[in-house]
Amino acid sequence: MSLGLNLNPLMDRFIEPLAAGPMEQFEIVPIFGLDFAEAIDLSFTNASLWMLITVGTALLFFTFATRQSKLIPGSVQSMGEVTYEFVANMVRDTMGEEGRGFFPFVFTLFIFVFLCNFLGLLPSIPGSPTSVHTFTPTSHIIVTFTLAILSVGLVVVYGVFKHGFGFLKLFAPSGVPLWLLPLITPIEIVSFLSRPVSLAVRLFANMLAGHVVLKVFAGFVGTLLTAGGVLSILSVIPLLGIIGVFLLEFLVAFLQAFVFAILTCIYLQDALHPSH
Amino acid sequence: MAGAAAAPLLLGSAMAAAAPADVADAAGVEAEGGLPQLNTETYASQVFWLLIAFLILYLLMSRIFLPRIGGVIEERRQRIADDFDKASEFKRQAEDAEATYRQALADAKARAASIAQDTRDQIDEEIKSMQADTDAKLEAEIAAAEARIEETSAKAQMAVREAARETTRAVVMTLIDEQPSDDAIDAALNAAAGSRV
Repeated sequence: MSLGLNLNPLMDRFIEPLAAGPMEQFEIVPIFGLDFAEAIDLSFTNASLWMLITVGTALLFFTFATRQSKLIPGSVQSMGEVTYEFVANMVRDTMGEEGRGFFPFVFTLFIFVFLCNFLGLLPSIPGSPTSVHTFTPTSHIIVTFTLAILSVGLVVVYGVFKHGFGFLKLFAPSGVPLWLLPLITPIEIVSFLSRPVSLAVRLFANMLAGHVVLKVFAGFVGTLLTAGGVLSILSVIPLLGIIGVFLLEFLVAFLQAFVFAILTCIYLQDALHPSH
Repeated sequence: MAGAAAAPLLLGSAMAAAAPADVADAAGVEAEGGLPQLNTETYASQVFWLLIAFLILYLLMSRIFLPRIGGVIEERRQRIADDFDKASEFKRQAEDAEATYRQALADAKARAASIAQDTRDQIDEEIKSMQADTDAKLEAEIAAAEARIEETSAKAQMAVREAARETTRAVVMTLIDEQPSDDAIDAALNAAAGSRV
């Protein structure tokens, strides 16, 4: 009981926000309105802000990485070059030299998704007025879906632009016997249409799940602490859980960005060579 | 992160202002059975700002940063290739130099051998000519000596003959007290010499 009493001033600042619902972190709050028309609300929200923070972070990092490019790179320059080579190899391995033109797009996609995931993991600092509420744009399905549509849209536009009707060969793989085509073609079409959905849902679900788990564990810590006595001490267990999941989320943040980028590369390979 | 530091203040106050008012809102959304992610009212704004952010990032990357990084990497690769080229060039030069050195050494050896041969030939020649000279000189000397000997021996014979003549004349004078003629003496002496031979 005495523990609980001691914690009271802390509770106001920390425990109460922790106890908030696990979905509240995904809430979108307008910062300033931008109603062009009654029908469309383009308000600048916390999601918009974090997208711009992502761009700002990338700008800052690459400015430092290329500020004084040297033949023998410094540490930041090395990081920039390692990132560059990483994505460049990904593009080269999947598409070969033909894919060079897609490199800036894939690179932007990778950096954007990775930084959105990564910056969303920064801890929120609760309590007004100096609070920092981190937000993960990629935890919203509409964002990941838009990115997926960008990727698949590029595949379709480039494929049709380059091959015309030949792009439809994508749905009739070469080497398949004629009598199998009525069966194969619908399957290919469905698999093609499910690409943006699977791209979008994979990233969104990973981000959502990670943040929900962190929040739920945090809720446990709050509940156990306020329960007092032995239970307060047991709150260490979910705290350790948070640390574990948090570290895992760093891996997931990178891995999902990587998966998104490499799947985009593989789909773009289809645009280059529709007939498998 | 100057921008990021200022921005959360903004966001924080927005959240703080929004939080109490939003409770009803959020409850409303949740009451509709939706995650915030399924609130379609936010979609237009999200897509709009996402496209703007993505476009800015794309332009930054494709126009500024990727060419820069790629340029440095390319430059480094070029430099390394150049250095390798240079190294192989130096190696080739070193091999050339070694070949030249070997060639020069072989030439020098050959020349040395030919000079030695020439010298030897020349010396042989000289020795031969000197020997010939010496032989000729010796022969001349021998011939002169022989001539001298012959002369001396002729003189000696003459002297002996003169002595014999004088002796003969003296003997004849003594024996028969008559002056023999020179011719008679010579004939007698010749006959004596002839009979002795």
